[in-house]
Amino acid sequence: MTIKTIRNLRRISQFLFFLIFFFLILKTNFNVNFSAKDPNLIHLPYPVSIALQFDPLVALGTLLSSWTLYKGLIWSLVILIPTIFIGRFFCGWICPLGTLNHWISEVRSERAVRKGGRRIESNRYKKYQRIKYYIFLLFIAAALFGSLQIGLLDPLPLLARSIGTVILPTIHTAASGTLIWIKSLGIPAVGSLAQSIYDFLSPLLLNFRLVHFHTIFSIALIFTTVLLLNLIFTRFWCRGICPLGAMLGLFSRFALFGLQKNEKSCTHCNECLLHCQGADNPDIGHPWRQSECHLCLNCQAACPESALKFKFFPEQENTRANPAGEQKVDISRRTVLASVIGGVAAVPLIRSGDDFKVNSSAQLLRPPGSTGENLFLEKCIRCGQCMRVCPNNALHPTLFESGIEGIWSPILIPRIGYCEPTCTLCGEVCPTGAILQLTLKQKVGDDSTPPNRIGTAFIDKGRCLPWAMAKPCIVCEEWCPTSPKTVYLVEETVVDRGGNKVTVKQPHVDPDLCTGCGACEYACPVAGKAAIYVMAVGESRSPDNQLLLQRKKSKAL
Amino acid sequence: MERRDFIKKTGQALALAAITGGTGFLFHNRQTTAYAPLLFKKTDFGISLDHSLPALTLARDSRHIAALNKALDGIGGIKRFVKPGEKVTIKPNVGWDRTPAQAANTNPELVAEMVRLCLAAGAASVIVADISCNDPRRCFLRSGIREAAEKASANVILPADDNMVKIDLKGKILNVWPVMRPFIETDRLINMPIVKQHSLTSCTIGLKNLYGVLGGRRNQLHQDIDQSLVDLMSFFTPTLTVVDATHVLMRGGPQGGSFDDVKIEDTVICATDPVAADARACEFLGLTADHVGHIVLAAQNGLGKIDYKAAGYKEVA
Repeated sequence: MTIKTIRNLRRISQFLFFLIFFFLILKTNFNVNFSAKDPNLIHLPYPVSIALQFDPLVALGTLLSSWTLYKGLIWSLVILIPTIFIGRFFCGWICPLGTLNHWISEVRSERAVRKGGRRIESNRYKKYQRIKYYIFLLFIAAALFGSLQIGLLDPLPLLARSIGTVILPTIHTAASGTLIWIKSLGIPAVGSLAQSIYDFLSPLLLNFRLVHFHTIFSIALIFTTVLLLNLIFTRFWCRGICPLGAMLGLFSRFALFGLQKNEKSCTHCNECLLHCQGADNPDIGHPWRQSECHLCLNCQAACPESALKFKFFPEQENTRANPAGEQKVDISRRTVLASVIGGVAAVPLIRSGDDFKVNSSAQLLRPPGSTGENLFLEKCIRCGQCMRVCPNNALHPTLFESGIEGIWSPILIPRIGYCEPTCTLCGEVCPTGAILQLTLKQKVGDDSTPPNRIGTAFIDKGRCLPWAMAKPCIVCEEWCPTSPKTVYLVEETVVDRGGNKVTVKQPHVDPDLCTGCGACEYACPVAGKAAIYVMAVGESRSPDNQLLLQRKKSKAL
Repeated sequence: MERRDFIKKTGQALALAAITGGTGFLFHNRQTTAYAPLLFKKTDFGISLDHSLPALTLARDSRHIAALNKALDGIGGIKRFVKPGEKVTIKPNVGWDRTPAQAANTNPELVAEMVRLCLAAGAASVIVADISCNDPRRCFLRSGIREAAEKASANVILPADDNMVKIDLKGKILNVWPVMRPFIETDRLINMPIVKQHSLTSCTIGLKNLYGVLGGRRNQLHQDIDQSLVDLMSFFTPTLTVVDATHVLMRGGPQGGSFDDVKIEDTVICATDPVAADARACEFLGLTADHVGHIVLAAQNGLGKIDYKAAGYKEVA
């Protein structure tokens, strides 16, 4: 096999893995098979979070923060162990965000903008590439002290979150807006053509209904920045920021596979440097850096003199071709120490502020099956899979509702969507066990098992129609899914403005039965702020955040 | 300044002024009413009366499909209601994410049988649709209605924003309201409610089942539910009402959940008089129609007879 064939294989591999990743995010969607044998049990047809479970940084981060390796995260060893022997093949061959960066850099980057010596120079190893190691160490140190922040910059959760909560909803909004506009033109032939294109694309790309996500602008801003930086520096993210790249760089310290340079045949054409993705100095005369190399093999393929060759046990002694010999990771002991101290110090610093124990948002409703807030923050990687799979658009990324530590973690907003009582999909897709998988029985409860509760409903008597305005309503009672109903009605005779006696049924909440699903808040006809609303108190996941001394057991559905 | 220059510059300025002013006048709207003229469709799907036949029939049989066929044959058979080449829309209750045994949604067997009967009578197409309360995908799945109706070759349509049309229902309470298209763009409308307890209206049967054709914030209609139900039935006259009283939800309605709240009655009612159908069916819940506000109001408005026996009632064996 020639080097050009291998390079083409790499291109195919990048394309395929990107496609698989995108497909899995697309399929993280409640799209049921309507001939399900047992309609009581609704599951997704694919293990949609498998891509995230192959992520070694997710594995390491959650391992250090919670000291367990949840379910499929053991798969990450499939990436990590080969990296030890051959280097960062993941970055060059698999990583879907790396692939996206690669493609955008190919379209236009400094290689297209800069000329001559500046063009050569800009693709050489730069000091800023060390930043990723400091970011990695800072996050890892923070994880060790119970605050898992790796998800903010880990490429796989970042891409999953960006596609799931920003890209796909944006496509949907644009497509349906365009369709409505085309139809409004009033040309039947054009309208029906547009409709048939829409109908063809919609099952492939679009959700069943248009979804809206809270605070996604912050996610969109970061994602766009990551992509646009490629226009200034080739794969700036991969070279300088990516903490997963840094982790894999550190693990490739003892790699057996590497680049061997042959000075004799080199004509110093610099083709290798021009095609380098990782800025790892493949050219003759500068030290090659294993920890920066993505193993894209472009340099070897570009070399017209066959002076470069990737092989096991390359000769990398200190020569003129490769000065200073085998290169260690370019980080100093002092800055490593500083990063670790920074990460360690950040945890108490953040928690001395609005810690969830003293001032968490009363409306911080976590998805059903969520672990306690401590453990939740040790496990949630903000991949947004739960938000994407939720059939009711109930789950959203937070901004600061759970403090700065919980940014982009899931929050349930009942006014937009409530928690469907028999649905357990968010726990099914969670790759790290921040949301545990519930059985139907654990979700709705029965005589022996209490239901999973995410909060408790309260009535705002100042806004409620029968309480404040002498009008009939009972919608909250109608929608209440527990059996018997949590919302019960008491008939009262009230006097309206004209002095007439009116009999209305006023709703009350039985806190023993309420699961906090939010159906009442969702359906409340009082537009704007609902007259019945759910707060986190009473949530199953927290023994402290409780209202009642004792709970009766809610009956099965 | 040269003359040529003067003319050119003034001309440019005048052209821009004309475009600016013209745009303003072109889009200037003096109309202060909120709604443009709306689409109006014929929605009286009723059939002419035949006094030799009863206005409602009731059949009991633990084989539910047989019960439906007996009641339907007693009222003149499917051919009386569906003519060859007609489009039929069936409106079952698919409001909630519940299984058939929980009696929150219409019995899927009955819906499927109705689809088969309509197609056998020569219907061009049969649509099964409802605007569910819970997520419609889950409701249509767990109720068993999507699978049963599709197997019977019906076209099952789930609610979607682009399938709604705003129409003026011309009622006292109900005016301009979004309605799902298949309920307007059809030749025949078959209303297939299930009998359930309801805390505001005492019962939800045929009249209340028509709520499912409405989109928007229909919950607000609870503030004057009796009149809004009468408005709705005045606008949409169903061809036939088929009441599913095979499982009756006695308590915890309209979505129920507990099997303890379900009573097995194995009964199907077919009616051309929608008020008489509800008046008979509410007895399963221990109610008399005289005490059910919306049924009384519907009778007063001439939508049907509250005294179902006087309307022409027949129990078929």
